[in-house]
Amino acid sequence: MSPRPYVLVAELTYRCPLRCAYCSNPTRVDDRPALPTADWLRVLDEAAELGVVQVHFTGGEPLLRDDLEPLVARAAELELYSNLITSGLPVTRDRLAGLKAAGLCAVQLSFQAARVGPSAEIAGVDAFARKLEVAAAVRALDLPLTVNVVLHRGNLDEIEAIIALAEQLGAERLELANTQYLGWAYQNRAALMPSAAQLDAARAVVAEARDRLRGRMELLFVLPDYHGDRPRTCMGGWGERYIVVTPDGRALPCHAAHVLPLAFPDLRTQSLGSAWRDSEAFQKYRGTDYLAEPCRSCDRREVDHGGCRCQAFLLTGEATAADPVCGLSPRHDLVIAARAAAAEPAPPLTLRRLPVAR
Amino acid sequence: MPAVAADSRPQLARKARLRTDRLTGETLLLYPEHGLVLNDSAAAILRLCDGRSAADIAAELGAPLADILEFLSVLRDRGLVQT
Repeated sequence: MSPRPYVLVAELTYRCPLRCAYCSNPTRVDDRPALPTADWLRVLDEAAELGVVQVHFTGGEPLLRDDLEPLVARAAELELYSNLITSGLPVTRDRLAGLKAAGLCAVQLSFQAARVGPSAEIAGVDAFARKLEVAAAVRALDLPLTVNVVLHRGNLDEIEAIIALAEQLGAERLELANTQYLGWAYQNRAALMPSAAQLDAARAVVAEARDRLRGRMELLFVLPDYHGDRPRTCMGGWGERYIVVTPDGRALPCHAAHVLPLAFPDLRTQSLGSAWRDSEAFQKYRGTDYLAEPCRSCDRREVDHGGCRCQAFLLTGEATAADPVCGLSPRHDLVIAARAAAAEPAPPLTLRRLPVAR
Repeated sequence: MPAVAADSRPQLARKARLRTDRLTGETLLLYPEHGLVLNDSAAAILRLCDGRSAADIAAELGAPLADILEFLSVLRDRGLVQT
């Protein structure tokens, strides 16, 4: 029997006004037209039938689609908890009010740093002042606000200021997400890689702030897996909890799975239920049967499933290999070598562009 | 933060939503990136967080006030209930 999906990640477009060097969007995609509104509405219906209870409207920048309002309204009819995951551009107070009226449950707004300069450097665009306005508009509308900041060597030392900014904005939740080296972040890994000392200092600041802010602001610190010695349970397990739908209507178990040599189900011609239950792509790494050694006999195999399939493939060329962030991986040397970049001057950033056709 | 008291008037936080699960019939408490499956007594308490006092909730449910206050404190520390 298939597990039950809980979360639909609806990547409505890869277009975005920002060009963040750590963007998790793919660098290459198939050249296909965008999924029409009617298909997105059907995908929401089918997701709810499967048991999904949360939907993230994301991208790219989801506000660039002018059918966001009917999609949010359908999610509300289906009692899905809807999150708008946005850069804050381009949005007006009126549009936010309309989204709230359509039933939007919460807003997650990205910040790149606590100040203008470093924000513009990593995003390629000066959007800082605009984001402050958007945060104020979200709060004025009484919508819950999550602030999300991707952490890297260039902003980790500012973590106190970042936490203070989120407090000042009245965020209920602050997600401090250490960069995961997939998509554009993989291209920029050497420039983004922090030192262990930076991470230790940041972790201590976060722990103190978490106690101080308990009950007022939830603080999440997404662990930097390259600096650990055991892998994350990626996406709660492949095809176990999450479904990602791409702007062109493919269903993926993870937003980074484009890198894998798999044929992902096309929701123009296949239902979400059949994609989830029956497609080769969703079944391929479900559970732990596919694992090779050292994972197969590891006592943590049911905990972390050997880590991230996409990262294993990206680093070793083998999707069934142990994720090299694991200290037990025979290729852990690749990660140790990558960490060393933190001690070198940062090379120039390659800012994100739209994914190009394969 | 002061303790949740008998005369506190707990309400669900703005970010939290209660719903019935369409597959299992259980009560879910949803909030950004998370969801909790509630047992019957937790669901009953939260469905009464409508502006009445914790003491009134305990009376309505015929449950010990101390248990109600403890449960509400845990949820308040997680930002899911406001008092």
